Amino acid sequence: MAQFTLPANSRIRKGKVYDAAEGGGETRRVRIYRYDPDSGENPRMDTFILDAHRSGTMVLDVLLKIKDEIDPTLTFRRSCREGICGSCAMNIDGVNTLACTKELADISGDIKVYPLPHMKVVKDLVPDMSHFYAQYAGLEPWLKTQTPTPPDHERLQSRKEREALDGLYECILCACCSTSCPSYWWNSHRYLGPAALLQLYRWIADSRDEATEERLDLVNDAYRLFRCHTIMNCTATCPKGLNPGLAIAKVKRLLAEREV
Amino acid sequence: MTHAIQTVEHTYDVVVVGAGGAGLRATFGMAEQGLNTACVTKVFPTRSHTVAAQGGVSAALGNMGEDDWRWHMYDTVKGSDWLGDQDAIEYMCREAVPAILELEHYGVPFSRTEDGKIYQRPFGGMTTRFGQGTAQRTCAAADRTGHAILHTLYQQALKHRAEFYIEHFATDLLMDDGVCRGVVTLDMNTGIVHIFRAHQVILATGGYGRAYFSCTSAHTCTGDGNGMVLRAGLPLQDMEFVQFHPTGIYGAGCLISEGVRGEGGYLTNAKGERFMPNYAPSAQDLASRDVVSRAMTVEIREGRGVGPKADHIYLHVEHLDPAVIHERLPGISDLARIFAGVDVSQEPIPVVPTVHYNMGGIPTNYRGEVVQRRGDDPDAVVPGLMAVGEAACVSVHGANRLGSNSLLDLVVFGRAAAHRAAEVIGGRGKPHSPLPEGCPDPALQRLERLLHAKGGKPTAAVRDEMQHTMQNYAAVFRTGETLDEGCKRMDGVYKSFEDIAITDRSLIWNSDLIETLELENLLGCAVTTIHSARNRCESRGAHAREDYPERDDQKWLKHTLASMAPNGQVTLDERPVHLNTLTDEVDSVPLQARVY
Repeated sequence: MAQFTLPANSRIRKGKVYDAAEGGGETRRVRIYRYDPDSGENPRMDTFILDAHRSGTMVLDVLLKIKDEIDPTLTFRRSCREGICGSCAMNIDGVNTLACTKELADISGDIKVYPLPHMKVVKDLVPDMSHFYAQYAGLEPWLKTQTPTPPDHERLQSRKEREALDGLYECILCACCSTSCPSYWWNSHRYLGPAALLQLYRWIADSRDEATEERLDLVNDAYRLFRCHTIMNCTATCPKGLNPGLAIAKVKRLLAEREV
Repeated sequence: MTHAIQTVEHTYDVVVVGAGGAGLRATFGMAEQGLNTACVTKVFPTRSHTVAAQGGVSAALGNMGEDDWRWHMYDTVKGSDWLGDQDAIEYMCREAVPAILELEHYGVPFSRTEDGKIYQRPFGGMTTRFGQGTAQRTCAAADRTGHAILHTLYQQALKHRAEFYIEHFATDLLMDDGVCRGVVTLDMNTGIVHIFRAHQVILATGGYGRAYFSCTSAHTCTGDGNGMVLRAGLPLQDMEFVQFHPTGIYGAGCLISEGVRGEGGYLTNAKGERFMPNYAPSAQDLASRDVVSRAMTVEIREGRGVGPKADHIYLHVEHLDPAVIHERLPGISDLARIFAGVDVSQEPIPVVPTVHYNMGGIPTNYRGEVVQRRGDDPDAVVPGLMAVGEAACVSVHGANRLGSNSLLDLVVFGRAAAHRAAEVIGGRGKPHSPLPEGCPDPALQRLERLLHAKGGKPTAAVRDEMQHTMQNYAAVFRTGETLDEGCKRMDGVYKSFEDIAITDRSLIWNSDLIETLELENLLGCAVTTIHSARNRCESRGAHAREDYPERDDQKWLKHTLASMAPNGQVTLDERPVHLNTLTDEVDSVPLQARVY
């Protein structure tokens, strides 16, 4: 029988335990994936024990507290701390989400924090996002028109036409969806993944855009689009409540209708 | 000399530092004109803090009622408490209309009116007919306008094949006899130092909200361009003017847009009273931000705050039609739920004035060129150096910025800088003269020193002291006494940086080192802010002195310039305010009392 194990250099060791609780009250254990690229050692899981009442509200608060007060080498991306910049996407309690909007109170037991899955890890919780960004850029994600631009006023768009962009334009490119998708795990070199495909549909759905055929041609391929097997992890995990699965289904449908 | 750190050299026509709204607009503006352009940014472009702007961007389009860019100009001058340069304000308000139409043409998903035009909402201080009526001038994409604009600008940069250096932290300018010749950056991914030579360096590094303990600003708003300018021996301007946004979420500090009040939201105190009419009889809850923040602070100080500690205020939207909330304020509904545990359709949002924006920054003219006082010339251009966006002080916001004028500032002056750089450089690929021997050495030595710093104070501890000092001693209301004490304490915190300790010695993604470099930039901003504030003995816009409660145009109608020696010693100087307009299409707005 075939055995499935992680490659030797990805197997996770036991890490250090930092007991920073001052005692007396309830404690929380935070278990964090660590990878130090300089050491040549395998990744490890460090455990930080903190007083529950001094841990903050969100997972990001706990990470900042650990970095500021216990281990300044802990490495992660963060910026806006309000769920709009998409920097602090990581795998928390088994689900891809934003550390800044994930409440500690919603997690029972240990708080387990890993980088986004199936990405090359640069250090600790920082994955290499360059391939994800390149796929986005490859879609040519900008407004394309043939009709001349009106020189002294805006392009008109009805409220109903504008409404078609709701649930699409709000994407923050955090990559939670793509890195939750098994198809993307196995085939990310060719499958574009839910984040990029949601963006593709954002332009198809825009009444001002005039490049639908070209955009459909770009993804009409067994891998780029059709590696989506409607697993729907993308929609389940999106921290902004968007539905990439539905957007992909709409692109597939447009292609199916075009073939008829 | 030899360095353990590896270096790589590049030459470009232009290097832009920062990829927020202003940096991106400048970047593709120059790429569009054929200049060899690089944009270096410490975060991926769509993570820049422009993304968090909510309410909208102002332009006198007149889609929702009569409007005129001259009225917009009047409002902006009045909002600035006459400290804004009127030539630059004229330029911004006039260019607003084509600049916003251009954004729509790029694909920004603006909300729409019934007839399919860009939707515009009322905002604080925005009026028609020189203060007579309420203007609907703020163009909105629901309450996610910054996100919509930033993503669109990044898309345009991709379209123009602009070259990015992402997760590169800019550390220092390369200065050669008063001329900026380039910039030094640290590639966070590899630890390799990149030495960029450029005919123009454009700083678009944003504000420094993180000098304070409670701010709406992102963790990355650390005044990096301001810090680089101070280290280059150049002054910063009007640093005492720090905007407190009236409605940051109590505790978390996240922004709740002024657009909420634009759509009909209002503030109440512990007695359930709408108190704004007592402070601004005409504009009420839509008075300009400094006025509302002071009113809220007075209510709290006089014991009329809400909550168990009576230390905040309520913002109400429960009375609004749920359909309006759903269509125009979906983002703040989420924020209030996540960060205040509040269902906005049922209960008020707890809010408190929170540090939000820096009117001060790197002094520039309306073309984006950095200026300094040189002899008798108060407007002497620093060759090779430009600044745009919140990092810059053009000055279009003077002593107080109006809401929705910031996104406008980004696109108008980002574009202006691109035009001016192209004009000054005069074509692609002009040769670069060699850098003087050892020009990058100070920057490299600083990096080496910090990377191996083994002092007694961790970065987080020094940062915490700075943030609390600024929060307590340079707040909404100030007095000579608190500012004296604040200056003393900030000077002490600045000194304590000499004893900084770094734990991470790695060159790969060393965020401990990056936070320390950011802290050094913040410290420069904080020290110049509090010294400038102590110096200005009047109340104007966001600078409210209880010991000098009136505006004093005789003595203080002038910009503050603050330079800093490497030991933290601040030297103050001044520049005149431009009361003149740029063209004769509009009259200068004469000095008058500022009443809302």
